[in-house]
Amino acid sequence: MDFISILSIFVMACFVGYYVVWSVTPALHTPLMAVTNAISSVIIVGALIAAAAGSQADGGQTAKWLGLVGVVLASVNIFGGFAVTERMLAMYKKKERK
Amino acid sequence: MMRNALIGAAALLFSTPALASSGEPVNPWVAAAYLVAGVLFILALRGLSSPESSRKGNRFGMVGMLIAVVTTLVTHSIASLPEIGVAILIGGGIGFVTARKIAMTDMPQLVAGFHSLVGMAAVLVGIAAYLNPGAFGILDATGEILTVSRVELGLGVAIGAITFSGSVIAFLKLNGNMSGAPIMLPLRHVINLGVLAGIIGLTAYFAIAPTVGTGPVFWTIVGLSFLIGFLLIIPIGGADMPVVVSMLNSYSGWAAAAMGFTLGNTAMIITGALVGSSGAILSYIMCKAMNRSFISVIAGGFGAESGPADGAAKIDRPWKRGSAEDAAYMMKQAENVIIIPGYGMAVAQAQHAVREMADLLKEEGVNVKYAIHPVAGRMPGHMNVLLAEANVPYDEVFELEDINSEFAQADVAFIIGANDVVNPAAKTDKGSPIYGMPVFDVEKAKTIFFVKRSMGGVGYAGVDNEVFYMDQTMMLLSDAKKMCEEIVKAL
Repeated sequence: MDFISILSIFVMACFVGYYVVWSVTPALHTPLMAVTNAISSVIIVGALIAAAAGSQADGGQTAKWLGLVGVVLASVNIFGGFAVTERMLAMYKKKERK
Repeated sequence: MMRNALIGAAALLFSTPALASSGEPVNPWVAAAYLVAGVLFILALRGLSSPESSRKGNRFGMVGMLIAVVTTLVTHSIASLPEIGVAILIGGGIGFVTARKIAMTDMPQLVAGFHSLVGMAAVLVGIAAYLNPGAFGILDATGEILTVSRVELGLGVAIGAITFSGSVIAFLKLNGNMSGAPIMLPLRHVINLGVLAGIIGLTAYFAIAPTVGTGPVFWTIVGLSFLIGFLLIIPIGGADMPVVVSMLNSYSGWAAAAMGFTLGNTAMIITGALVGSSGAILSYIMCKAMNRSFISVIAGGFGAESGPADGAAKIDRPWKRGSAEDAAYMMKQAENVIIIPGYGMAVAQAQHAVREMADLLKEEGVNVKYAIHPVAGRMPGHMNVLLAEANVPYDEVFELEDINSEFAQADVAFIIGANDVVNPAAKTDKGSPIYGMPVFDVEKAKTIFFVKRSMGGVGYAGVDNEVFYMDQTMMLLSDAKKMCEEIVKAL
């Protein structure tokens, strides 16, 4: 993709983010942080590419190991982030109507 | 100059099929899969607009992540699948167990810790891309890293490193391994601005210099960025952590977005933009709730200047001490009780005791509501999570602007572990450091119970609180949890 297309997606996504986040109820701001944490670990895509590439190039071997460490860190976040969000959200209950 | 480089690079990208040089076919289905992942992430955040839809949203997020990971694995020739599997298992295991075991009161430090991992992952990916640019498809025809990719790499690594070291400091402060008090270095503003200028200058140089020999420049950017993250956060005090944690949340998003630009990956770009704006909005909300500018929070040192010197003179004013029995009696008679929790409730782990107390009051026919200030606690929404944990229904919990008018009808305002957010000086005393901050009108309530460990401490801002000395105020000097348990007994 060319730079301008990418930039367009980015700018649009910023606007979407702005409106979506303002609609989040303040009571759920902590789960919001936990879940944004989990999804920002989509950076694992980059780590996977580095880890998968192997050692064709000069720096490939080092890059592979850095990628693997990146995969570990991002996985901690993905599993931890989604699990802790799920745990928190399960606690929000409405008043029991009698 | 950097702008010209960017425009030039963009033109370069237009004119040459840049990705073709890396041998990566541009498959529309792959692009579509990443786009779907990105949209699912948007839906994950959208779900949080109400507690009912929130869990469905979280599932969308998980599916989105699965799609992103599987797409990446399927579309790249994998030379090391077992290692990757092991890496995911190790990381996933650690993450899952941590998420299960963590106490809800420790949520702020958990989130800070998670931020540091995203930051570090971004740095590692950036370094890997620099070492093995071919695998990332960012080489031009002559085997040099594309100029625009270098800008993205430099920025991505810098933001990632700042996120990492900043979050580590935030984690240590929140977890109590490091004093929450601001640490003030002499000339810190000059040092910080110098380091920041260095990072920007070096990134610009890194972008335009030939690839060969830029190693030291790249590593210096990484090193300086780690340093500035550390320097930026040490002068910021404990109660300003909601802003800091939100800000680092935002940074972790921008770091992911920068890497997304490098890889031309829509899932990463959309996520980065979402997380970046989310963190920025939360920081804004927190700053507004303290009536402070973002700059003044980041400059740090709040609460450090006003020492105990002037506090000593005021301590002799008359105040009334109440007992658990008084509180139980008064609240049982009351029609409306508003409970205002603060960080002290979290520290004392008193949320369950508070809920028990409220349950007993409700049985007596008392109308109990909770009032939560945006900056109560150590992260946005901290008090809401704790009350939810203690099984307080979320429709009994109200935000500042929704409940503030009800204090005039309230018979009892029960303040537990909060201080600055109920200080009327924010409305009346122009000289006060918290002047202009929106606060609860507790002084309008007929009776005020103020649970506090002792008369000594005066909140984060170090400002004396007029509420202590009011006629209708009774101080309940005790540990928050113990006091609530005693009141429960007395009821």
